[in-house]
Amino acid sequence: MPLYREGSAAPVADDGPAPAPLADWLGDRRGSAVALLNTDDAEALRPHLAALTLITLHFPKFSDGRAYSQARILRERLGYGGELRAVGNVLQDQLPFLLRCGFDSFESEQKGFGEALLKARTLFSVVYQPTEDGRPTASQLRLLGRRVMLAAAE
Amino acid sequence: MPDTHFYRYDEYDRRLVAERVEQFRDQVRRRLAGELTEEQFKPLRLTNGLYLQLHAYMLRIAIPYGTLSSRQLRKLAEIARKYDRGYGHFTTRQNLQLHWIKLEQAPDAIAALAEVDMHSIQTSGNCVRNTTADHFAGAAADEIEDPRVWCEIVRQWSTLHPEFSFLPRKFKIAITGSPNDRAAVRVHDIGLRLWRNDEGEVGFEVIVGGGLGRTPMIGKTLREFLPRDELLAYLEATLRVYNRYGRRDNLFKARIKILVHEIGAEKMREEVEAEYRSMKDSALKLAPETVEAIARQFAPPPLRPGRTRVPEVEALKLGDPDFALWLKSNVAPHRVPGHAIVTASLKPAGAPPGDASAAQMEGVADIADMYSFSEIRVSHEQNLVLPHVAIEDLPAVYRALGRLGFAEANVGKITDIIACPGLDYCSLANARSIPVAQRISTRFAALARQHDIGDLKIKISGCINACGHHHVGHIGILGVDKNGVELYQISLGGDVDFGQTSLGTILGPAVPADRVVEAVEALVAVYLDARRAGERFVDTYRRLGIQPFKERVYAAV
Repeated sequence: MPLYREGSAAPVADDGPAPAPLADWLGDRRGSAVALLNTDDAEALRPHLAALTLITLHFPKFSDGRAYSQARILRERLGYGGELRAVGNVLQDQLPFLLRCGFDSFESEQKGFGEALLKARTLFSVVYQPTEDGRPTASQLRLLGRRVMLAAAE
Repeated sequence: MPDTHFYRYDEYDRRLVAERVEQFRDQVRRRLAGELTEEQFKPLRLTNGLYLQLHAYMLRIAIPYGTLSSRQLRKLAEIARKYDRGYGHFTTRQNLQLHWIKLEQAPDAIAALAEVDMHSIQTSGNCVRNTTADHFAGAAADEIEDPRVWCEIVRQWSTLHPEFSFLPRKFKIAITGSPNDRAAVRVHDIGLRLWRNDEGEVGFEVIVGGGLGRTPMIGKTLREFLPRDELLAYLEATLRVYNRYGRRDNLFKARIKILVHEIGAEKMREEVEAEYRSMKDSALKLAPETVEAIARQFAPPPLRPGRTRVPEVEALKLGDPDFALWLKSNVAPHRVPGHAIVTASLKPAGAPPGDASAAQMEGVADIADMYSFSEIRVSHEQNLVLPHVAIEDLPAVYRALGRLGFAEANVGKITDIIACPGLDYCSLANARSIPVAQRISTRFAALARQHDIGDLKIKISGCINACGHHHVGHIGILGVDKNGVELYQISLGGDVDFGQTSLGTILGPAVPADRVVEAVEALVAVYLDARRAGERFVDTYRRLGIQPFKERVYAAV
């Protein structure tokens, strides 16, 4: 399955470790890559995150959104800093959501996926929800604007 | 734009909606070019409010918290004329549906909405839908706090939410700020009720897991009192629990009500509270300045207390009995003396409930400009509301609405029927709803009789999905298909009033379409024979039980 990372419209080589299913990895803790099903509890990795460089999260159907919650739990609650990959049925129209939830690599068979990835961060110049991507939300920008105005008025 | 007394988009909101239009334009282009399959395109169009119905595409437009300016209503009329057949249908979820849209034109229609700061984002699909509110918000005499401030905060938070755009099923939130619930909060996925505790603080009761459809349920209170600034953290926690644990194996068991039912309210509360603790005091906590800035935009119009007894009104009351009845049923108390809230009935005798032509929409916009600070509301009962009318203007408003056919004095009465579009429009329906509503409303058209019968809510759905809320009708009517024949199942005793929310009980075997009116006549006859002073239909039903109604109906049909 073609693998994409930001910066290039073309697929990149997958030269990293092969991810092991969660139960297997917890059994022997060999390697630094884990594949979670979207029914797995990401909390199970809490004590081991420093040892991991890749976690894949699964979209059995693009319309099954459980992996978005797993991604945010891994990134925001558990502070996972390694690679987070969306695998399965991943479509370009999901990209703005995936990026905001902390995914940074993607497997997709869809034509045009790489081009869409290049544009995905700028598709929406405004966001309303605070997530780990750190983009200032509309309400943070408004607040900042008001404080700047107040400071200027003083 | 006239000086509105509700939220106006700023540059951020405008940019987001404009970018969304462009994204959708590209998606439609890719679909028409064959780059997207219908399966891939479907969830994309649905989250832009575009359905494929029986005959054509339907566009469902969000009317956040049911609030419109006259300029927005005129634009809706223009869109209905230009891209549809010149009329629209107001729904129970404070949406406007246009039923004859061409796919190629859908992006232009949505772009036209954006011109007046409106959108159709998330009016369908498995995401957080348009948040609904009390249609008297900001005007009602019984209100504790304007719920629309919080609806707008939820609107922004839920719009293109990265984590919750692919939920197990659709998700509906309703908010009320009054003890008299006009938003049916106990039958939503999340219902929020603003109330004041003994310390004088205002907060939310958070109710989760209500809903109608094939498994109707009344929501459970997860939180008695949530501080207002924690609203988004608590919503995010609840949605995350639902996203992770909601069932996806069976479409009919995927709503949050099933999750709450299966694991129990206690376990649900533990799960939500655990998530909430990890989000509390995070960036989701609402800054007081943020809330104040939004609340300022909902500041009420400058209404000066005025006379409550106006000679012209009193004279007309004596001279025109229909006007007197209209005052009783269609005019509600305003918080500022000398003013009133007027409901324009979209249910004239024999008309499809909730329909309005482009000309009627423009007419209502004109009346709102003259008499109601250019403001209009859409109610979940499929009527339009003029929220700020001076009592001295009531005769003029009555006459002007009369010219549009919207001055029927029937709000809350037997012909103020909620009905879904049914088999005439909807691909899910098993039976027609609109003709049944039309027959009932024609039969009971006499106003004096309607007022003698008093408050009685009839709600009709053309299928088990219950868009017509039949479960919570005093009389509920559900269309079912039996071997190709349309039959109607009748239930009694449903109610959405706060504190007495109840689901209706099925009366007995379903009746054929041409017997529904006789059945309603028989139900009304039992009530009129047995009622005590001051008793509404539903009160008499509660006192007597179902038996006498059952006997009379099946003897009659």
